Amino acid sequence: MVFILLSIVFVVLRVMPGDPVSSMLGGHAPEKVIEQKKQELGLNRSLPIQYLDYLWQICRLDLGDSMVFKQRVTKAIAEKLPATIELTICGIFITIFLGVFLGAYAADKRRMLQDYAIRLYGIVVYCIPVYWMGLMLQLIFGIWLDILPIAGRTGPRVFASTFEKTGLYVLDTILVRDFSALGDVLLHLILPAFTLGLVLSGIFVRLTRANMLDVLKADYITAAEARGIRHKKIVYKHALKNAVIPILTMMGLQIALLMAGAVLTETTFSWPGMGRLLLERIYLRDYPTIQGVIIIITLVVATASLIVDIIYAIVDPRVRY
Amino acid sequence: MRYSPAAGIAKAITGFTGLGKKYGLEWWILVIGACIILAILFMALFASSIAPFSPHDQNTGLQLAPPGGDHLMGTDNLQRDVWSRIIHGSRTILRVAVLAAIISSVIGITLGLISGFSGGFFDRISSLIMDSVYSFPGLILAIAFAAMLGPGVINITLAVSVIYIPTYFRLVRGQTLAIKEELYVEAAKAIGASGFTILWKYIFPNVIATTVVVFTLNVADAIMIEAALTYLGLGLPPSIVDWGMDLSMGKKFLPSGQWWLITFPGAMISLLALGFTMLGEGLAEILNPRLLER
Amino acid sequence: MKTILEIENLAVHFPINIGTVRAVEDVSLTLKQGEVMGLVGESGCGKSTLGFSILRLLRPPGRIVKGKMLYHGRDIVQMSEREILSLRGRKIAMIFQDPLTSLNPLFRIDQQFMETLFTHEKRLSKTAAFRRAETMLESLGISPERLLEYPHQLSGGMRQRIMIGMGLILNPDLLIADEPTTSLDVIVEAQFLDLLNELRKKFNLTIILITHNLGNVAQLADRITVMYGGTLVEVGQANAIFDNPLHPYTRGLLSSIPNIKLDQPKLVTMPGSPPDLVNPPPGCVFHPRCPRAMEVCRVERPGVYKCDGRLVSCWLYG
Repeated sequence: MVFILLSIVFVVLRVMPGDPVSSMLGGHAPEKVIEQKKQELGLNRSLPIQYLDYLWQICRLDLGDSMVFKQRVTKAIAEKLPATIELTICGIFITIFLGVFLGAYAADKRRMLQDYAIRLYGIVVYCIPVYWMGLMLQLIFGIWLDILPIAGRTGPRVFASTFEKTGLYVLDTILVRDFSALGDVLLHLILPAFTLGLVLSGIFVRLTRANMLDVLKADYITAAEARGIRHKKIVYKHALKNAVIPILTMMGLQIALLMAGAVLTETTFSWPGMGRLLLERIYLRDYPTIQGVIIIITLVVATASLIVDIIYAIVDPRVRY
Repeated sequence: MRYSPAAGIAKAITGFTGLGKKYGLEWWILVIGACIILAILFMALFASSIAPFSPHDQNTGLQLAPPGGDHLMGTDNLQRDVWSRIIHGSRTILRVAVLAAIISSVIGITLGLISGFSGGFFDRISSLIMDSVYSFPGLILAIAFAAMLGPGVINITLAVSVIYIPTYFRLVRGQTLAIKEELYVEAAKAIGASGFTILWKYIFPNVIATTVVVFTLNVADAIMIEAALTYLGLGLPPSIVDWGMDLSMGKKFLPSGQWWLITFPGAMISLLALGFTMLGEGLAEILNPRLLER
Repeated sequence: MKTILEIENLAVHFPINIGTVRAVEDVSLTLKQGEVMGLVGESGCGKSTLGFSILRLLRPPGRIVKGKMLYHGRDIVQMSEREILSLRGRKIAMIFQDPLTSLNPLFRIDQQFMETLFTHEKRLSKTAAFRRAETMLESLGISPERLLEYPHQLSGGMRQRIMIGMGLILNPDLLIADEPTTSLDVIVEAQFLDLLNELRKKFNLTIILITHNLGNVAQLADRITVMYGGTLVEVGQANAIFDNPLHPYTRGLLSSIPNIKLDQPKLVTMPGSPPDLVNPPPGCVFHPRCPRAMEVCRVERPGVYKCDGRLVSCWLYG
């Protein structure tokens, strides 16, 4: 499937109107120069050969050179990827915690006010555009209350170069034991991560609630009750553990939504990640980079699905034995 | 079993009205959703009559004025009345979203029907392609298309519509596969009904009910994507009034606290999307027992 | 023998959108220590509901609307949440019909045992708890290695024995078994009943055996309570009831058991169908199907009358 996607990317980018080379050279370049450039970039070879070359390049993770800047696409992406990953992971945590616990709570308080309120939350929150949520949160917490930063990954007095190693700042600051920097990094993560996480939590709230309602009807729940186990434990340990398993598989599909949300969140919070890179290069018509970013996103989504399958096998013993 | 498309549509509608006696939560959600949509539709249709100012009027005399007085929602940095821009913006977003949904559904359903019904190589390839596109982040795909196609209402509509084709395809193909195996289809084949007849008279009507629900949710999503694309600056020229674009312009004034520039457009996007979502969810809950007849 | 449980005029209703289901209506019962009481009746007669009510395990909208249940003198219906929690599993235990779905599939057997132990004996050490689980498994005839496995890895019979084990691990006075053999095949069923008997003697258990299988009851029960349409029909010594059923329903029930020795051209059944519990028939619940119904049966509910050392709810004996 990854293969098909990559092929589609290739086709789409070649078939689209607009000649990348002429726009790169300014639109009024003489024929000969255009031809020469095309030859340089290998764009005048036959399509099948270009296709094979394209696939081979991907295998070697060689995504070519940027048409606009003097840099390798791979390097440009590698610089920005960790930022996006960090944001996405934090977003996932918030989505899951919020979604799952609200969903479980709603299932427990079935048909009561809390249940209806949470179900309403589930529907409404998804309709709120991620970037609007981000802007409103910035307004409230950044401008009116002025307690949280609204842009970037670090504050003015913190210099990333002092600790940057993996690019995941939370990890890096812990590794160098610079805890004040850690605090700063975390502060900067709060608003963007919540923005991303809140909007997608609605889906998980509804899923968890539905699964929990089914699980709570099961015999083993009644049996556990009959043994005198306290209600809270039954709901949040016995029932929830069983209910989340199918949700894990849904996680895989949500990665796609998360990436889309990340792009929007990054623009709103000036977060230096792949999303912003993509948009930047689109404006500049830097096709190799655009292609590179899309390829990387494809690979990330595919890997995420794989990881989800593995987690599923770890959590459900029935799959293992 | 239905034998005509008209009956199929009638089935969807009777499912809708026939359960009027149960005024449960689902019913209310549907009604509220429908009301929201109708209100905004009204706004869009009668925009010129309702809006106090022209959305392009840069001479109202007040720059960056907060809500109050003549300007219900304040003015922007070019002295334009925000409320008027909101009213006119509704036209753009509704046009794009609904049209995109229609294009998506027509292409997706047709392909799904053909693919599911004929099976074989065509089916395998289509499914593979559709599944791959489906698993890819929709917004990013739309961004790519919008960027390639350039600005313009038609282009952005196309960009948005591409994302949902797989959704309809999968839904319809799945149902087609199931219905195909039913005995009455066998019977029809036995008396010599052509493939097209079977598709049109048997499969299509049964598929309509679910499709209607998906359509409304599709419009809701399309609204979100359209706004996202224009927010990112892709897709529409500045001469067109659009909520997403107003949001991105208003963003610049956030640090100076001019909240009305972002609060109102964003709220409208959410409201419209919510309206369609509620309509879709309500419909789904109400039609559910009917759908389960299958 | 001491009375350990006294149920007085218990009524359990389920208010639903089409009306109120009277699942249990005015049932009174006494349970003596050490006896096995078979609670029999057809599906929907209220026996399981009664069983669930004893530990207040009713799912909403089910509610106990009337009556008392005195356990060692204290009324279960009035007990606080905390009191009921300490009762469940420790003094009164319940096991259920399907052993596969009664065990949480995501936890190992030892974890499930130990959780029960820790819930009621907070100071217990992990090793001590594990050892008690091991001992219990041994007395059930299961190898202790099985403790480290998951429910789906065990056979149906083993799972049912583990169910009993979890019920008895804290040495309760009373065990309520809700249709425990319905999902087992005949051979496993026989083994199960033998095991139950053995355990009963070993731990001096009182057992309420809820079942629609009269064979089980014949094998194991000392006394039998017959229920129909949510009401009490007949209570008495098992042998006596089998030899000479008094209530017309009991008689119908017993004669419908196919007898391999008799030459029966047709199976005996009772005409009619079980009563609608939302709108039960007036008077005696059984009267529409009763071959010996009288005028008074159609109008007034019979009380509970003593006859032949038994209790019968029928105008014939009033």
